[in-house]
Parts: sequence; structure tokens; C-alpha cells
Amino acid sequence: MYKYNEFDAAFLAERNAQFRAQVERRIDGSLTEDEFKPLRLMNGLYLQLHAYMLRVAIPYGTLNSAQMNQLALLAEKWDKGYGHFTTRQNIQFNWPKLSDVPDMLDALAEVGMHAIQTSGNTIRNVTADHFAGAAADEIEDPRPVAELIRQWSTDHPEFQFMGRKFKIAVGGGAKDRAVLKAHDLAVRVVQNDAGEIGYQILIGGGLGRTPMIGKVINDFLPRADLLPYLEAVVSVWNQIGRRDNKYKARIKITLHEHGMDDIRARVDARFALIKPTFQGADQELFSEIEAYFAAPDFRTDSTAVFSTAYKTDPVFRSWVDTNLAEHRQDDHAIVTISIKKHGATPGDASAEQMRVMADLAAKYGYDELRISHEQNVILPHVHKSDLPAIHAKLKQHGLGTANIGLISDIIACPGMDYCALATARSIPVAEQLATRFDELKLEHDIGHLQIKISGCINACGHHHVGHIGILGLDRAGVENYQITLGGDATWSAAVGERAGPGFAYDEIIPAVERIVSAYLDIRSTPDETFLETYRRVGLAPFKAALYPEAQKKVA
Amino acid sequence: MARAFTPKVITANHLIEGDVIYLTATDTWSRDLAEAELITDEAHAQLRLLDAQSQAATVVGAYLADAVSGDAGPEPTHFREEFRRTGPSNYAHGKQEALAHV
Repeated sequence: MYKYNEFDAAFLAERNAQFRAQVERRIDGSLTEDEFKPLRLMNGLYLQLHAYMLRVAIPYGTLNSAQMNQLALLAEKWDKGYGHFTTRQNIQFNWPKLSDVPDMLDALAEVGMHAIQTSGNTIRNVTADHFAGAAADEIEDPRPVAELIRQWSTDHPEFQFMGRKFKIAVGGGAKDRAVLKAHDLAVRVVQNDAGEIGYQILIGGGLGRTPMIGKVINDFLPRADLLPYLEAVVSVWNQIGRRDNKYKARIKITLHEHGMDDIRARVDARFALIKPTFQGADQELFSEIEAYFAAPDFRTDSTAVFSTAYKTDPVFRSWVDTNLAEHRQDDHAIVTISIKKHGATPGDASAEQMRVMADLAAKYGYDELRISHEQNVILPHVHKSDLPAIHAKLKQHGLGTANIGLISDIIACPGMDYCALATARSIPVAEQLATRFDELKLEHDIGHLQIKISGCINACGHHHVGHIGILGLDRAGVENYQITLGGDATWSAAVGERAGPGFAYDEIIPAVERIVSAYLDIRSTPDETFLETYRRVGLAPFKAALYPEAQKKVA
Repeated sequence: MARAFTPKVITANHLIEGDVIYLTATDTWSRDLAEAELITDEAHAQLRLLDAQSQAATVVGAYLADAVSGDAGPEPTHFREEFRRTGPSNYAHGKQEALAHV
């Protein structure tokens, strides 16, 4: 993985020294909050409901064991012993003191990490497929592109004070695991008929108040054109995007208002202007970066231990069947560690759990870890013979839950338990849903079903693209939850349909249970997933199950 | 017609800790809503808010929050203020943790 060079280290040290001085001036009263706020946001520091919150970038979700151990140290030394992994492959610390944050940033810099551009109207932390470099369906590891974009966008002078934030995701697999179509801009590695690798570029995706699915602006961009093209897109939007209304400022609205033909023409014109200024330094840099992401030297060994354990240990077998994905090496596997134990906060890991995962990565996983937007941790490269030992260790630390892709593998934003913007809680809803379906012992029978919960309209919990989406709102001073059905976060992306009136806090769990039980009744075979059933039968039967009283009135 | 004024407290976050604090009648800041000054007069509320907002070296984001008089002092009327005076519901952290240690 990428290692900071002297330039990176010096840049970060200087930036952290600047922020330390800014914090000092805020504390001694030389800076007002209005002056300080944009500065702290540029460095990932929010003020939330109960405390400050520091959002640390995990670029394209990749970590090594030293970095994970350092996150554990931050959690223990300056927070309450845990961290929260987010839907944007970041980690958030919920309880830092303002005066401690400069020390936290210095500690992060020791392992090549930072909180720069995790907030503010800039290009945010670049996200990527969490199986990058490991997935069997991959054309090319998307992380060198993501790292190139990270370096280009970090402190880019033209893009520090835009009309709104700008989120970029990169994918390189046949399957989309990075929710590409819900980003302001997505880069998808593709191969043309001549066998050349290039990029398909999508723009205008986004969730929030006005959910939109991203559209293709360029079907095949030659490799060398990537940065000038991205610069052209962001530049065009930065000029014509609306600044009169922050809810209409994202590129999805600009695209909607101007139309793709107009935007494409503007981008092409801007690209023609910019392209000559890129004289190959970006391509040299890209080659250097690529070398850092060379695949590890995969070991070969017998997988007999794995086969025996799979046959004899039903708990291990269940975990293997649920939490493993196909690796590009036959004798390796991709392990998704669930940090969604039933009844626990989705995405939270204790310092101890972080250290356990770091140790496993160092011992068995070629020192690599990933964070998924689904708020789980991944060991991307594991030889199958090591799986029984890994599983045993995970179980000891509350990390052995076999629920990846199942109903209790819920995405949930922090909601009103932490977030100052939230209109309702989401964490307790996720906890109760997971507990309930665990009690019913139905989740393996239900199969692949994604529930995504947001505690406000900004949709950090991706509720629009959940198979079952839940949106928490404040209705006349009471928490109220709206349900959407049929959303899809993959390449066949779709925004869910609203099912009808919302439910009170104490009604939402039974409401979801009614949807699931309707699905179990309606599905054509046990193999037909919830989403397939929904697409076959539509909203009506689920609506009938959700609102039995209304049905009675009609009858 | 303007809406009738409802009782308020002045609340903010502490500059260093970032935790929730309330302005008391004696011009100090308390971490306990029950000790806050319950303001029933609109003109007085605006003056007190100006006082609070001028203390930039101590507090951040002072605002008027609805409250009602309870047995032990002011109580919240909205669930957001209930969470602010208590802490998150997934862990016993925040104010509820401090109270448990008393």
C-alpha cells in the first residue's frame, strides 16, 4: 500500500502545526468561533450534540496494522475506548476535547493518516471498492487511481472553497461494491475492445434531500486523461453550480438543470484548455503509486485444515458461508469481519477489537485491512488454511458474527445519539432490529436483505438505496420513521419507493417485521431475494402488510 | 399575530470539552439543566442570549431552547434537548455517565 514520501510527511507536519496554532488562538480568544469553524472543519473537527467529533480519513478504506493500532491508541488515550467506522470509509471519534485534537492529529501523522478534507466544501475522502486488489471479478486494482485522486485533490487551490462538498468513488470490479452511482463523480475501471484499460466516468449521483442516480458522462476515458478530465468536471461545476441555495448546490442539481449534453460540452471545452497543462508528471506519479499497490507475494499451502474445519464445525461453516468472498487466488479468501454483533452499534469497534483485527492482519493477512462503506472491517487476503484460527480469535472478541449481507448487517448513521444535524435516532432502531431478527432465528432463511437507516434527510445511512430504507424524522416533536422499499446500492442502483405514512419509534420494529414476513410468504422460492421479489410484485403487497388498518377500511 | 413566547433556557457547548452547558441565573454555566435559569420574558431572553454569545472564550453556539418548569428545575420539551441533557442511548456516556459517578 501507499507509503508517504518526504513531501507527504512534510506537508502533513506543516498542516498539523498550522492547526495546532489555530486551536491555540481559538482557546486564547484571538479567533472567534465564526473564524475558527471553517478552519476546524477543514481538519475534520465537528462540534456535535454532546462533544466534538474528529473524523479521520481512511483513504479508499485501506489500512495496515500499524495504522489500525494507532486508531486504537487514539480511542483509548483521547476518547472513550472505541471508534465509529462510517459509510464513507472514515472513522469518527465521538468524545475528543478541543485541546487534545492537535496531539491526536500528530499521532495520526506518525502512521501516515490525517483528517484533512473529511469535512467542508472540498473534494472529500476518496472511497473505493473495499475488496480492491483481492476480488476475483476485478479488472484492475482501483486504489492507485484513488491515491492519485487523493494527492491531486488534497489542498488543490481551486477546490478548497466550493459551493458544496464533492464526493468521488472508484471501482474496478465487474460488480459495484462502492455505491458508484450515489457519488458526485465515480470512476469505474473498464477495458475496451482493444484490451486497453480506461475509465468510465459517472457524474451527478447523490442521496440526501434529492436522491439521484449517477449518469455516464464519458464511456471510455484514456488513462492519461483522468486527472485533467476530473479537473475539468469539478471546475465546470464549481463555476456554474448554484451558490444561492445549499440544497441545490451539488452537481446532481447542476446536471439536472443543465442537462447532460450541456455539461458534457462544457467539460469537453474545459478539458481541451486544461489538458496541455498536464505534461506527464501525473502519469509518472501514477506509475510510482502503482508500484506501491503491487499484490503481495501470495503463499501456497495445503487447504486441508480449512476443509476439515468446514466439514466438522457448523459455527465455522456458517461464518464461512456468510462472511467470505471469492479471492482472485483460489486458495485465498476475502474475510469480512462483522462489527455488527446483534444488538451492538453498527460500525463501532473497541480499542481491543481494533488491536485484535490489526494483529490478525499482521499475522495472517499480509498486513492489510479494509473498511467498507457497509461499516465492516475486511481482511482482503487470507490463505484458507488460516481461516479456522482467525475465526476462533474473532469469536473470542465479539467479532465472529456470521451476518454479512443479512438483515442484521445494517448500515446506520450516528443519528440523534451523536449528530447535531439529526432529526431522530438511528442506532437504537438498528440495535433493536438486529436483536429481534436474531431472536426469531430467521435471518439465514431470509437471506440477502439490506436495511439502511438514516437519522435525517441528509442520508448518511444510505436509506434510499437500502432494500428496506428507514428515515428518521421529527414529526411535531416526536420521532417518526419513514420506510422506503426496493432501493439498490449496486450497479443496478435504484432509489427506494416510499411505502406510506411513517411509524412511531415503538412501531418501527413491528413494521419491518411485517414487511419481512410478507416477503417470506410471497417469494416464489427460498432463493428469490427480497429485492427480486420486490421487483417482481411491486409495492402493493408490502403496503398491504404494512398498513393492515387501511386495507380494512378499503374493504 | 406573533406566537406567544414560551419559557426558555440558554444552552451552548463548552469550548474545550464540547459538552452541553446551561446559563444559570447567577451568570455561571452549569452542566445540569435543572440549574439553568428558566426565562419567561422574551426581552429578557434576548438580553441573556447576547450575554451568553459574548462569552466566546468559554462557550460555542449559544441558543434559546424551549423548557418547562419541573419539580427540580427546568425540563426539556423536545426529545433533542432530552438527549442533550442525558447523553447517547447506545452507551451510558456523556452526562448520564457523570451522574452515575456522583
